[in-house]
Amino acid sequence: MARRPEAVVILGRAVRTPRGATGLVIAGCVILVAAIGPAVAPYSSTEFVTSPFARASRVAWLGGDVLGRDVLTRTLDGGWELLVMAAVATALGVFVGAVLGVMAAYYGGWWDSVIMRAVDVILAFPQLVFALLLVSILGPKIWLIVLAVAISHAPQVARVARAAALDISERDFVKAMQILGIPGRRIIRKDVLPNLTSVLMVEIGLRLTYSMLVIAGLSFLGFGLQPPAASWGLMINENRVGLIANPWGVLMPAILIALFTIGVNTFTDAVARASLGVGGRVTEPEPVALVAREVT
Amino acid sequence: MTAPSEDIPVAAPAEEIPATKAPAGVGTPRLAVENLRIVMTPSRRRPEADVVDQVSFTVQPGHVLGLVGESGSGKTTVALALLGLVKRGLSIGGGKVLIDGRDILPLSEHELQKIRGRTVAYVPQDPGSALNPVLKVGTQLHEVFAIHGGGADRLSQVMAEAGLEDPKPILASYPHQLSGGQQQRVALAMAFACRPQLIVLDEPTTGLDVTTQRRVLDTVRGLCRTYQVAAVYISHDLAVVAEIADHVAVMYSGRLIEIGAASELFSRPAHPYTRGLMRAVPSMESSHELLGMAGSPPRPGNRPAGCAFRPRCEFAVAECELREPQPVVVSDTGHAARCVRAVEVTSLSGTALTARERAVPPAGEPVLTISDMSVSYTDKPVLRDVNLAVGAKQSVAIVGTSGSGKTTLARCVVGLHKDWSGTITFDGKQLPPGVRGRTQDQLRKIQFVAQNPYSSLNPRQTIGQIIGEPLAHFTKLPGRQQDQRIGDALTAVALRESFAPRYPDELSGGERQRVALARALVLDPELLVCDEITSALDVSVQAAIVELLLRLQDERGLSLLFITHNLPLVRSIADDVTVISAGQVCESGPVTQVLTAPKTAYTQQLIADVPGFEQTG
Repeated sequence: MARRPEAVVILGRAVRTPRGATGLVIAGCVILVAAIGPAVAPYSSTEFVTSPFARASRVAWLGGDVLGRDVLTRTLDGGWELLVMAAVATALGVFVGAVLGVMAAYYGGWWDSVIMRAVDVILAFPQLVFALLLVSILGPKIWLIVLAVAISHAPQVARVARAAALDISERDFVKAMQILGIPGRRIIRKDVLPNLTSVLMVEIGLRLTYSMLVIAGLSFLGFGLQPPAASWGLMINENRVGLIANPWGVLMPAILIALFTIGVNTFTDAVARASLGVGGRVTEPEPVALVAREVT
Repeated sequence: MTAPSEDIPVAAPAEEIPATKAPAGVGTPRLAVENLRIVMTPSRRRPEADVVDQVSFTVQPGHVLGLVGESGSGKTTVALALLGLVKRGLSIGGGKVLIDGRDILPLSEHELQKIRGRTVAYVPQDPGSALNPVLKVGTQLHEVFAIHGGGADRLSQVMAEAGLEDPKPILASYPHQLSGGQQQRVALAMAFACRPQLIVLDEPTTGLDVTTQRRVLDTVRGLCRTYQVAAVYISHDLAVVAEIADHVAVMYSGRLIEIGAASELFSRPAHPYTRGLMRAVPSMESSHELLGMAGSPPRPGNRPAGCAFRPRCEFAVAECELREPQPVVVSDTGHAARCVRAVEVTSLSGTALTARERAVPPAGEPVLTISDMSVSYTDKPVLRDVNLAVGAKQSVAIVGTSGSGKTTLARCVVGLHKDWSGTITFDGKQLPPGVRGRTQDQLRKIQFVAQNPYSSLNPRQTIGQIIGEPLAHFTKLPGRQQDQRIGDALTAVALRESFAPRYPDELSGGERQRVALARALVLDPELLVCDEITSALDVSVQAAIVELLLRLQDERGLSLLFITHNLPLVRSIADDVTVISAGQVCESGPVTQVLTAPKTAYTQQLIADVPGFEQTG
């Protein structure tokens, strides 16, 4: 009678709602484009195919970019790296944030003060400014961008995780473990974290869209992949001067970024709704929900 | 209870039971429920199944009907229907709810809103969550008048009636600044503010200590009498109902299985289930062994053919399986029960309480000694100079009202709270204050069972993992042996090994508490600290848990430190009792001595406030 992990149950429920299915399809399409794009691109991303800002033609279906390279090819080529970076930064940021938040909540006292004040300091910087600060000091390296974005996420995740873990840490089942002298690390891993699954799932979804926007934004400002590599954020910057002549150079990457963000957000919303029923297991059964009566 | 026994049969079930004695001089009943049926709204996945069916009763003005049943019996569902409400997923399948002769079930939501509060009022179980925490009490009471009319000048009168003599400071407070008893009085004041015709009280004293409970019960009775309000009082606690109700209706598995005047029903129960319930209630008079009922009530849609109680019934005969029993009237006052052997059951002497005194074991060398223990939170003293000893195989109860410091005491003993002064000696050695200072052996030998089985089990782990966790920490057993120990622990608490792969949410409250016990017992402790472990459970389940605990104590030679506010329960479970009031030991000694000849005024009051059948009739 083994039960499927809670995360799987929630995802399954979310996918079955219209909202979740829509979000997943939209985000999935963008991921698909980015993933198989490089393989199906008609040209090389650095090949000069047509004249700068040439209109769409049979040679270049979406026209040419600022240097006369194929916009379609560069669009297909420029997403994968962005998505992978966003995913890694999100995973890292949520992991670090969750651990810090749960530790602050569980241990309390000195730990709580130190962690949460540090969090407050980082929160004082806007996310993009914080990332810019690091990147402008150490140079635009990919690992640094990922790290900077992850660090900028961690404090926000820590706050959310701390609030949720505070409640769980007060439960009797945690006390039952404490009086056995079981070390805190083990209690956190076995008893506290598993009860935060739904909270953290929503957090992952939210942070993923932010990662995407911050990394694309950095790349737009010139702190991402360096030319001549193709990247959606960079493309928007390069091609904005030719917006009138060939709008596709700006529109395509912008649309894909927007679609991905919308898709992930919609899906996350569905996950949040789906987790309500599942998370309810933590508390007493059968909350008396009064609704207008239905007379048959 | 002061109800005259020659009362008119005000709560005789309508329709199918012929009123053998015409209610002389009484007009239409204030409340008449006729053949109420509430069903789970049918969907593609599940067919229509009734949650409540064939429920009929009446209540006259000024009278209180006690509606009794275990959790899941449908009592709250019926109560909500009296306000025209149903829980999500349910719908009304038929019947009538007549208030002063007017059926409220066909009314529109808008019309119902006008009735609620003015004609029908509701007092919820937990006033703390029913009052808006961000509004002052005064503002909330004014709101009631603003919606339903009525002079706000009546405010202080309403408050005084609810037993709040000095309303000013209370009106200016936020709900969290009030005690549980005060909150419940405010809820009562709100309910009675617009002089309703009918008031529905849903376990309003659960969670209050006996003294507060007694006062709230007196207030409710007084108000009903004075203003000729009909009241339906829902509770799983028979003793409380005996205290307040003129008539009692017992529900089981969505059916009204017995109804009658309180005095009659409690002195001569006609349904085997009522009998069973009464035997499960601990009594102040004698330390009888509590008898739990085997099995659990069927779920809606899963009811056995014939009588729903048959599988658990000691009186079952072949006929019970054939059809659902119809009400049998057993006395000329309208006392009736849905049991084919009702008349026979009634004639059994009393409730046949097996008044077997517990053999008090000789007090040996104490296992646990607490001397001069004091605890303060910040500057406020919580416990002062507490002295206590628990002998080997002895069971010691700590009794006190809420806020007396009894739970803090338990937390100090198990090491959750470490800022205390004084000494605790365990097994001849001084016990370090916090968990960290204690040896593995000390940690293993002192085990704790918490009050609320809904929060004491990790919902993300299986029962096997929950019980296995302490084992894995203290013993490094190979998997096979560990599974064996888990199985043994489950068997010891009367569950099956097949529970191991299940999750807590698949278990009932009683089963969960058994799992919590199994987790404590799997390590073979010497001392078990039980913090109000039955207060979240129904009486019949409580009886079964107590039965189990006493058996385990016998078999394993456990010492028990049993913390409770339930005095009658102490009688059934403990050898010695220590009464705590405001952080100080007020009285202690053998149970029989303290409960029958209390020395201090506090203990005397505590005992006097305990509701029970004894005062009835």
